[in-house]
Amino acid sequence: MTTQAMTAGRAPMPGMKVYNLKLGMWIFLLSEVMFFTGLIGSYVILRFAHPEQFTEPGVVLNVPLTAFNTFLLICSSVTMVKAYAAIQQGDQQGLKNWLLATILIGASFVGVQVYEYIALVGEGFVPMAEAYHAVGRHMPHDGPVVGGQLYGSTFYTMTGFHGTHVSIGVLCLCFTYWRAAKGEYSADNLGGVEIMGLYWHFVDLVWIILFTIVYLI
Amino acid sequence: MSTGEAHKPAPYMLVWLALFLLTMAEVGYAFITAIPKLWLAIGLIVMAFYKAWLVAVYYMHLKWEPKRLWLMVSIPIPLIMILIFVVLNEIF
Repeated sequence: MTTQAMTAGRAPMPGMKVYNLKLGMWIFLLSEVMFFTGLIGSYVILRFAHPEQFTEPGVVLNVPLTAFNTFLLICSSVTMVKAYAAIQQGDQQGLKNWLLATILIGASFVGVQVYEYIALVGEGFVPMAEAYHAVGRHMPHDGPVVGGQLYGSTFYTMTGFHGTHVSIGVLCLCFTYWRAAKGEYSADNLGGVEIMGLYWHFVDLVWIILFTIVYLI
Repeated sequence: MSTGEAHKPAPYMLVWLALFLLTMAEVGYAFITAIPKLWLAIGLIVMAFYKAWLVAVYYMHLKWEPKRLWLMVSIPIPLIMILIFVVLNEIF
């Protein structure tokens, strides 16, 4: 397809005044907002209904580690927006560098979350088990039990789905990087980078809400 | 191809600093035991939504997008309110 044909095919629709790729991504993100609202909303409601099955912040979950992980994801948002700013100026090398940084930081986020899951499972915090009680961090196995089945279920569902979104985002970033390496983006053709950025920032935005509601409240 | 208004370079690093400081403030605030739980939760949610707003407006470039897009993006907000608060009403 010629550049002219591609540009014509991606011209802004008269109604929304944004081009189709971007409009499509925004509509998809709005559906994801409703998806995560279902998960987080369920957690909020269950927590109000059964407060005895949940614990105070820091008792079971590792807040400092996850705060660092939140910082990592925020940094990856900066590198992603820097990548977009670079290609707006036609800077191909800058685009590749910042995309690579985003990929590495995003993968690190997933790695830290996997480490967190392994540590939590090792401490006995697993989703839904018969007669299960969350044992709590660094507590002896014959110590007081805290929490209940709902805590593990809701925690792993919410963070697991978010982690899946991040992982898929990292794979898509790798694809975007591959296209950038082939020189397929330019100051006049940066829609792919922009919509990748929208998805990545959305994933960061969801984590900001999740971290506060799950780890701090 | 990019639509939306032409604009001055956005303050990305300033927004990053604000996000970093707010995250530190949130973590510190969450462990202040003298504050009642309700005010703790309200304060944390306000900070979290402000951080989300910063990401949406500056990093997702909503600030420079047409107002029609803002309208579309705000559609889930009343739906979220209904989903959470109407169901919560069932518990109390």
